[in-house]
Amino acid sequence: MAAAGGTGLKAKHQRLILLAVAMVVLIGAAILAIWGLRNQASYFYVPSDIMANRPDPDRAVRLGGMVERGSIRTEADGVTVHFVVQDGKATVPVKFAGIVPSLFVEGSGVVAEGKLGADGTFVADNLLAKHDENYVPRQMQDMTKDDARKVVAETR
Amino acid sequence: MMAELGLAALWLAAALAGLQLVAGALALTTRGASLGAIVRPVAFVQGLLALLAFLCLIWVFAQTDLSVKLVALNSHSLKPLIFKIAGAWGNHEGSMLLWVTVMGLAGGFVALVERRLPEPTMLATLAGQAFVSLGFYAFLLMASNPFERLNPVPVEGNGLNPLLQDLGLAFHPPTLYLGYVGLSIAFSFAIGALVTRQVGPEFARAMRPWVLGAWIFLTLGITAGSYWAYYELGWGGWWFWDPVENASLMPWLAATALLHSAGVLAARDALRAWTVMLGVVAFSMSMIGTFLVRSGILTSVHAFAVDPQRGSFILALLAINIGGALTLFALRAATVTEGQRFAVVSREGALVVNNVMLTAILGIVLFGTLYPLFAEAMGAKVSVGPPYFNPMGALFAVPMLVVMAVGPVLRWRRDTLERNGKALALPAMVAVVGIGALVLIGGVPLLPLLGLSLGVALIPASVLPLRDRDLRRTPLPIWGMVLAHLGVGVALIGMGSESAFSVEKLVAVHKGETTHVGPWSVTLADIEPVAGPNWTALEGVLQVSRGKADPVILRPQSRNFWAPPQQTAESALLTRWNGQLYAVLGGEAPGAIAGGPGDGRWQLRLWWKPFVPLIWLGGVLIALGGVLALLGRVAADLRRIILRDKIAYRRERQGR
Repeated sequence: MAAAGGTGLKAKHQRLILLAVAMVVLIGAAILAIWGLRNQASYFYVPSDIMANRPDPDRAVRLGGMVERGSIRTEADGVTVHFVVQDGKATVPVKFAGIVPSLFVEGSGVVAEGKLGADGTFVADNLLAKHDENYVPRQMQDMTKDDARKVVAETR
Repeated sequence: MMAELGLAALWLAAALAGLQLVAGALALTTRGASLGAIVRPVAFVQGLLALLAFLCLIWVFAQTDLSVKLVALNSHSLKPLIFKIAGAWGNHEGSMLLWVTVMGLAGGFVALVERRLPEPTMLATLAGQAFVSLGFYAFLLMASNPFERLNPVPVEGNGLNPLLQDLGLAFHPPTLYLGYVGLSIAFSFAIGALVTRQVGPEFARAMRPWVLGAWIFLTLGITAGSYWAYYELGWGGWWFWDPVENASLMPWLAATALLHSAGVLAARDALRAWTVMLGVVAFSMSMIGTFLVRSGILTSVHAFAVDPQRGSFILALLAINIGGALTLFALRAATVTEGQRFAVVSREGALVVNNVMLTAILGIVLFGTLYPLFAEAMGAKVSVGPPYFNPMGALFAVPMLVVMAVGPVLRWRRDTLERNGKALALPAMVAVVGIGALVLIGGVPLLPLLGLSLGVALIPASVLPLRDRDLRRTPLPIWGMVLAHLGVGVALIGMGSESAFSVEKLVAVHKGETTHVGPWSVTLADIEPVAGPNWTALEGVLQVSRGKADPVILRPQSRNFWAPPQQTAESALLTRWNGQLYAVLGGEAPGAIAGGPGDGRWQLRLWWKPFVPLIWLGGVLIALGGVLALLGRVAADLRRIILRDKIAYRRERQGR
């Protein structure tokens, strides 16, 4: 059985070759991962970061901040919104076409995913409204079961 | 009372796990050999006690016993019963209890039925299982007691996150957990084999059904989770590379690799050390996934607990289990002797490619998932998404899929491509025609193009192993392989088609107005208020029709839950043989004055997604293939056991 498999290799050598192949591919994957992460990771910016150090126009980034009061404006098509995100030091205008999350209101926190356009407007493809799962509006805190049923009944 | 009973059962189960570990370890020495007899019964009873604790938790949730803190925090008396019960595992403590329950039951089941391996290996395996269980029992009892009482008792509970109030929740986590924790068996088998240095085909044959079982549940869990995210989040996507999705994908990748390498070890006695390492890696990925999800280190719908103590506890568990197993592997790997040799072009060679590529993809996903955590520790906020995962993953997935089309027709040990040239010509032609057609259509990006053409080529390629076979005599595992590989092709077509040909429309329309998406015309007939047990909603009545056909009514909702208050979009789906129409209702379009009345138009987001259901159909086919293979293996084992008993019986009779 010396020529088993016709490879002319000893079992030990085959093991070493397999190990080497696996190592090369895995190290290759690791290097690619590191290279890809350095290039592709979408970075998180607040408005003052964007002012100080503008990301490339075709690079996907996240912009986080507060929605400036009185800045939300809807275009005539009814689905494109413009608003301004601020962090107390700087502001960035944002354009978003889509259905806004329910917790997206003026003065609330928001994270916009998208790209900074050449004209300085941030074009978002997705909005994430920051919220707390345990948040309870004040008027509902003392609500009893009967009140709750009434609310349901009223909207029926 | 039930809460106390559950807690007592949990403590007892933990104590038995301790006994199982000590007895199992001592039984491996000559002086403690007599202890070996108790290990299997102890493992079995431990599983039953964990189950009892879990049933107690379900009981207090079903009763909405608000004096139990966990119930008060996560349930509500007005919830429908099914969600009350599902709520038992829709939170941190409950899901960890489910984890130890599954782990205990799996260990007990192994102890009950597995008799193929040498007894010392079994004892080491069960001791290893007890060691891992013990860590999780300690975590439950010390850092996340699910049965903690609350005083004073609150009037009402906080309710369950509305996104989780879905039938999907009733089945998605238990399915995934059966998969995650089922891999602990493979982990323990690997430990047992390393301790007793018994790594051979027998070990692979004993481990394979368990890996297969866990892998089936993982496949189903991921498929169901993907569909759940697709229709419940209302974003129209089916995979978001969310860390929690990755946490379920990583064990699946490792388990898929393990399944294939265990096949090589069982059939050809090669890839010994590699198989053992994959056994360790697969469950390590389950634990890393749990750490990511349960430590609250990530923000996501799955991250229940934001408690640094818990995070550190799980991290310590991880370090002990994974570190310990890898150390053991490093110490013992050199003593695992070399397996059989094989040529580059052979079934083994193809499976090595499968394994290395799957492991590389696993590395890519792992790096991408952990990178934001490391970056945050360095002070930079980073998020990694599809622009990284898609091309990097494809770089390894595409060669793997090409080899997958060829591998199953190759012979073990040594083969030539010439011998199989004729058979493989058809899939190759299909792939070339597919690429050509897509280039002619134009506008199809590279990755969907590759996915579509590989998908259509895999369909003829995956049935090739059936040629020249008598179909009635083809063993079930072969059918399983064919079906699973076919499922990969089907899913690829769905993925490629979804990303290449989806049409999206975002509009604001008045009542009675018609809009078009793809081949469909959609009319907003009405907006109606509706109410459920714990939510109120606005429901859009959409009349959709294609061509001159009668319109079908779709009813997407925008729901307002009030315990806890949250809004969710309930999408409406219309499935046809060639795709799915997906409709989401937004709010009323705001009027000209900010904060003023709306302008009477309603926001609609519509998608026409050709062949998108193939993604999940493919997933189900893959799992079904696993089921066939498992049935075949178990049936073969049973036949062998019966035969052995018969032979033993005859011998006994003749001896008399």
